[in-house]
Amino acid sequence: MMPHSHEPELRDSETQAFVTFTVAGQLFGVPVVRVQDILTPDVIAPVPGGPAEVRGLINLRGRIVTVIDLRTRLSLPRRDAGEGGMCVTVESGTESYTLFVDAVGDVVKLRHAQREGNPATLDAVWRDVADAVYRTHKGLLVALHIDRLLAIQPRN
Amino acid sequence: MDDLLQEFLAETTESLAVLDVELVRFEREPADATILGNIFRLMHTIKGTCGFLGLPRLGSVAHAGENILGKFRDGELPVTPQAVSLILKAIDHIRALLAELAAQGCEPPGDDTAVIAEIDGLAAGTAAPEPALPAEDSFPVAAELLAEVARAIEVPSQAAPAEPARAAARAEAPAKTPETKDAPASSIRVNVDVIENLMTLISELVLTRNQLLQMQRSQKDNEFKVPLQRLSHITSDLQDGVTRLRMQPIGNAWNKLPRIVRDLAVETGKKIELVMQGAETELDRQILEMIKDPLTHMVRNSADHGIENPAQRLAAGKPEGGTITLDAYHESGHIFIRIADDGRGLDVNRIRAKAIANGLATETALAAMGEQQILQFIFRPGFSTAEKVTSVSGRGVGMDVVRTNIERIGGTIELSSSAGHGTTVLIKIPLTLAIVSALIVETARQRFAIPQLNIIELVGVSDRSDARIETINTSPVLRLRDRLLPLVSLRGLLGLEPGPGQDRFVVVAQVGANRFGIIVDRVFDAEEIVVKPVAPLLRGTRFYAGNTILGDGSVIMILDPNDLSGAAGQIDTDQAAGAALAASSQVEAQSSFLLFRAGDRELKAIPLELVSRIESLDAASIEHVGGRQVVQYRQHLMPLVPFHDGHAWKANGQQDVLVFSDKDRRMGLAVDEVVDIVRDRMAVELSSSRPGLLGSAVIAGKAADIVDVGHFLGLAFTDWFELSSRRAGIRRALVVDDSAFFRSLVVPLLAAADWQVTTAADGAEALRLREDGQRFDVIISDIEMPNLDGLALASAIRGDARWGGTPLIALSSRDDERDREAGREAGFDDYLAKTDQAGLPDTLARAIRAALAARQANDNLRRAS
Repeated sequence: MMPHSHEPELRDSETQAFVTFTVAGQLFGVPVVRVQDILTPDVIAPVPGGPAEVRGLINLRGRIVTVIDLRTRLSLPRRDAGEGGMCVTVESGTESYTLFVDAVGDVVKLRHAQREGNPATLDAVWRDVADAVYRTHKGLLVALHIDRLLAIQPRN
Repeated sequence: MDDLLQEFLAETTESLAVLDVELVRFEREPADATILGNIFRLMHTIKGTCGFLGLPRLGSVAHAGENILGKFRDGELPVTPQAVSLILKAIDHIRALLAELAAQGCEPPGDDTAVIAEIDGLAAGTAAPEPALPAEDSFPVAAELLAEVARAIEVPSQAAPAEPARAAARAEAPAKTPETKDAPASSIRVNVDVIENLMTLISELVLTRNQLLQMQRSQKDNEFKVPLQRLSHITSDLQDGVTRLRMQPIGNAWNKLPRIVRDLAVETGKKIELVMQGAETELDRQILEMIKDPLTHMVRNSADHGIENPAQRLAAGKPEGGTITLDAYHESGHIFIRIADDGRGLDVNRIRAKAIANGLATETALAAMGEQQILQFIFRPGFSTAEKVTSVSGRGVGMDVVRTNIERIGGTIELSSSAGHGTTVLIKIPLTLAIVSALIVETARQRFAIPQLNIIELVGVSDRSDARIETINTSPVLRLRDRLLPLVSLRGLLGLEPGPGQDRFVVVAQVGANRFGIIVDRVFDAEEIVVKPVAPLLRGTRFYAGNTILGDGSVIMILDPNDLSGAAGQIDTDQAAGAALAASSQVEAQSSFLLFRAGDRELKAIPLELVSRIESLDAASIEHVGGRQVVQYRQHLMPLVPFHDGHAWKANGQQDVLVFSDKDRRMGLAVDEVVDIVRDRMAVELSSSRPGLLGSAVIAGKAADIVDVGHFLGLAFTDWFELSSRRAGIRRALVVDDSAFFRSLVVPLLAAADWQVTTAADGAEALRLREDGQRFDVIISDIEMPNLDGLALASAIRGDARWGGTPLIALSSRDDERDREAGREAGFDDYLAKTDQAGLPDTLARAIRAALAARQANDNLRRAS
């Protein structure tokens, strides 16, 4: 269920590739190997009554994929439909989800030496979904733990 | 060839194939009464049908076979390999005769005395019986037969190979058999992958077709229109055909359960009966595979943990033997599977303690929960209530795995339990993968799909027209053809933005016996959609059956009429009644009730479907004529009946009246106050001796008296009922028979006499019709049937008010005085024998007339006294 919690220890010189994106000015990253697709969504069909984090559903080449609003997931104010945004599709188990973010950046290779644990002062929600923090020349990058990010409680 | 004969051949060939397999099982388990019962019934049906069609040779051989089986059943004859071989020989003989019948269209001349004498000799005990068969062993005949069955399955197109041993046996039969061709029923085995592949292609084809249709709609007429329509029809037919290919009866997933339960009963020293209903319910084979293990697990759980041992049961005042019931049925595009036991029920206190111990919930959180909510903890990972781990269950596979498996295919599982009375689990599986036709609607600028299967009609509503939405204590209702229809608003349920909503539509939907309306803004076309289950993240979201991609590529949610039906008329009482009640009441069928007060403070309830209107009349308009009250209503005088005798008629102000109508007759029931409309299951707790009341029930958490409408109608018009049945002019008959052959024989006979005929394949199916609220003027039933036989059906019918007064006629091939007596005792009005094809129409007509007359006379008598 959580392949990332038992990754082999990496040596400092080894690198991991991340797809980077920004949400509310903050740089985030998810491992390239978990990313299936990056797209600009055309229409997002809402799911009334669904969890707040679910922005809706999109048709990804004949498959229905659930769109997770990363701003809502991170307790940030939601963007309106007209303000643009992009989708980073990731796989989790047999399902695919797509993360709705403000903008997608480059793919970067980060050395293990750049990796640091979560700062103790990090917000509780962020601490839960963050796997680690990397120092980069563009500032701090929060690497997201995809499985924990997608562990959203259904709304009753 | 005669159609009847053709059908007889097909049915009997199938029966013989089943007999072969069953006999092999019987050899291995001679103690299993279920198998023997099944074998006996099959042989009996063959005999009965032969006698009916005038096939003396076949009939006499079958009779001899049935005779021995009867002796097995009554314990008069030990089950020996020799005896079983003889029955197998009789079956071969019947098969040979059938082959000739199929070839020549009539029974060939010949003599079967040798075979019959051999069988009868054994039955009379002249042949020296071999030692009784040990339960575990198999023996040569069975092995040989198994091999043959296996070969027949392997190479179905090839005629059954003749074997030396069998050929020798056949040589005794004087009539030389032509090639033993396996008669009409034919099937081939196809690799599942081929069907899967086909299904995927069809789904794509359907979507492409939908896209084309969408494009065509926005174009003017052009030369593509006609071929496109044709393509569309062919695609639909193709889709139907392939969908049917994938279907398998759920019985295939059940066939191991009787043995499992039996072994478990032996191991634990319990007495357990496994009742399986609806085994023929078909579902997608992929789903079938996925629910097999969860089902087995739950039945094991019931047998191991649910059912108490005989001593405990007796001490609890229950019968010694426990019952586990498996029930499967189709409803509104879903398959429901119910697993119920009459055991000890789940121990709420232990679950509570365990939830705390495992850190699943805090004590304070649990204190705020209802019992049914606490029960749901057994679905949490790592939760197992068995204190003692037995060899059969409690091996670390818990209910959480069951739930995960079912949710994986987009299903839901509900559990309810009552201490001391047992546990019921209801599994709802959507027809995933299946393609359904759906109506596309819009509310608050969002589109939704509603499965067509549930839709009865569309009604345009407007505040300015007659058809307008009204509210009774905040519950929206629509008056539709003199009936009040409870409504649900998608805006309200789904929390959508409120809209102007002056001119809207009501989609009238039906789930089971419940009719309700869904308020929407706009209605678009119907479209074929591929139902896809929602992502796991959205499974907890109510009111959706899945999602789909439309022809134009957009994604929309499919509404679940079942969930919506549960919300109809219940919206404002939901909070008060509490989540626990909602959870438990969903397990049983629900109806809408109108609650009112009259006379005292007690709540009175009446099924909403009986009420045609609720009026608030000006008290001054009520006229008092000779001690009776009438009011001018829609250009007619309508009699008013007070709910209780001491009703104080007001001189002014408003008088609440419930209007009941039938054709052009109307009657008003004067009550003090209309309280609410609620939705709940009907469970009358006590019968009442007070005229006008049926009993009391707990409805939406409140005790209420259930009103007997018939009583008040009778007060208004003594001839109300005769009038309605005579005017209606439709006579409805129910024919219950497990033989498709007899059903297809009796139905046209009745239809020719202007009866509207409904059929059921066994007693259980018949009783389901009763639960659906169906009514009949006469019921004709076979005696020997699987699941629930005719005698049990008759007892069940007579023991319940709904069908209690319906004339009941037995039509059976069992025809001696003892059978007739048993039939009359069980509650049949008349007992007819299936022996005489030519005389049947007359006999049946006479019996129905007599039974109807007798019932009518009794009713009159009761009314007069």
